[in-house]
Amino acid sequence: MNAPTFKPAAVLDIERIRADFPILKLEVNNKPLVYLDNAASSQMPQQVIDRLVRYQTSQHANIHRAVHYLSETATHEYEVARRTLQKFINAKEDREIIFTSGTTEAINLVMHGYGRKFIKAGDEIILTTLEHHSNIVPWQMLCEETGAKIRVVPINDAGELDIAVYESLFNERTKFVGVVHISNALGTINPVKQMIAFAHARGVPVLVDGAQAAPHLSVDVQDLDCDFYAYSGHKLCGPTGIGMLYGKAKHLEAMQPYKGGGDMILSVTFEKTTYNTIPFKFEAGTPPIMAAIGLGAAIDYLQTIGMDKIAAHEHSLLEYATAQINDMPGVRIIGTAKNKASVISFAIDGVHPHDIGSLLNQEGVAVRTGHHCAQPVMDRYRVPATSRASFAFYNTMAEVDALITGIRTVQQVFA
Amino acid sequence: MADLKALYQEVILDHNKKPRNYGKLSPSTHHAEGHNPLCGDHISVTLNLSGNLADVKIEAIGFEGEACAVCKSSASMMTVAVKGKTRDEAETLTQDFLAMATGKMDMNAPNNMGRLAVFAGVKDLPTRVKCAILPWHTLHAAFNSVLEVSTEADADPMHTS
Repeated sequence: MNAPTFKPAAVLDIERIRADFPILKLEVNNKPLVYLDNAASSQMPQQVIDRLVRYQTSQHANIHRAVHYLSETATHEYEVARRTLQKFINAKEDREIIFTSGTTEAINLVMHGYGRKFIKAGDEIILTTLEHHSNIVPWQMLCEETGAKIRVVPINDAGELDIAVYESLFNERTKFVGVVHISNALGTINPVKQMIAFAHARGVPVLVDGAQAAPHLSVDVQDLDCDFYAYSGHKLCGPTGIGMLYGKAKHLEAMQPYKGGGDMILSVTFEKTTYNTIPFKFEAGTPPIMAAIGLGAAIDYLQTIGMDKIAAHEHSLLEYATAQINDMPGVRIIGTAKNKASVISFAIDGVHPHDIGSLLNQEGVAVRTGHHCAQPVMDRYRVPATSRASFAFYNTMAEVDALITGIRTVQQVFA
Repeated sequence: MADLKALYQEVILDHNKKPRNYGKLSPSTHHAEGHNPLCGDHISVTLNLSGNLADVKIEAIGFEGEACAVCKSSASMMTVAVKGKTRDEAETLTQDFLAMATGKMDMNAPNNMGRLAVFAGVKDLPTRVKCAILPWHTLHAAFNSVLEVSTEADADPMHTS
């Protein structure tokens, strides 16, 4: 086995960072946990855990409602978190940030609030083969309801979007584009800025699914000029049940509400209800206040490390792992885009992904196996499923080595 | 599950590499398809049954499909276990296998699992239980001429929880 001799110099003090994550000290099957399922959900540092506890032990009440101390404190902290999210993606205004339960709800919100109001029979929505099911199914539901149609941008063998086909799909019926920033199944980083510019030149708004991008690179929604951007908190060291939709204010104001209830209204009589202003128009009911504040704390934590350093470290993990796997006979990487995030989908000859996952788990190595909620991608490569290792900034070169050793063990069992 | 690797080595070295009764019987009297939508696995079971209602016997059985080692070896060992048995015996074995795989069987008490007992350990891996039981669901469906089964609850003829 010709393991590469280089090990890139560390751009981060990984041991200090790892000390922040209590869960990384776990042992699984008497082996140190090697957590490589970060694209599914990342782990939470003590700083965020402490923030959740502090909120719940000393700051909790319902928000935007009462005049008492705790309600004002909770409201203040919730709105501070919103401004943290705003700055994180460089949105122009904090009212362009809507708290949602995650990326899925954010996309559903756009489908209901924008799609159902502005997309009609015969209109066309452009999506890509790389979309997660959460950016496919809501639009299919809309098409079923309205008679609109979905057009799909294909990928090449490397897993890159065919931009020429994308551009050729536009016509006078094109009303909306949905595109994933980074593919969760393959790691491909899509040229969204270029795609947005092309769509805008034809007056078509674009939603970017940033679930995999927000945790791994600096996102600037004004620079991208996207109309909508969505991500989930639990993929960037925050809690589950919280995420965000960014929308340009002009769109959010024109959209219809998605859920009805308290906090999203200015006045209610049985004759007429006046909706609240944005973002509150889209935040009906009591939100997950603790989770929203926790997400703010997670972003603060990531920013103390620096998104550029995070991206650089993850890229060296990707290059190191890719070089080693490419050297292994009988192992194939699926998704070899030139511009890639730290996700490696792979197949081992003669071994089903579920068997790979179970045997790696036996070695303490956590990877995802399955179709990754991206069945069109699996169909494109004619595989039912893959194994996927996805790296975060707290992963180490030694953990890449543990993955490689684990893959060798799988091959030995099946030899 | 400390002995997972051992389980793998035992079943893989044997039944995954050299599956018994592999292929589709043609002609066959009964058949069914089984799917696991979680992983896209798919197997078919074909049967040749003889005898009348009271004494239906499995004269021949074949299985085929795309599946992981756990599923494939479970299917292979199932065909060996039920071939020549009556339908009632096979259905009882099926119920017992499901009980074992889902952790409802006391493995220290006497049981009729024989070599199938190697699958007792999957109860500790909930996501893999479905892999082990798919062939048995499909066998049950074949007896009943239910042509497609799925390991998802709605379409699961043996879903009990």
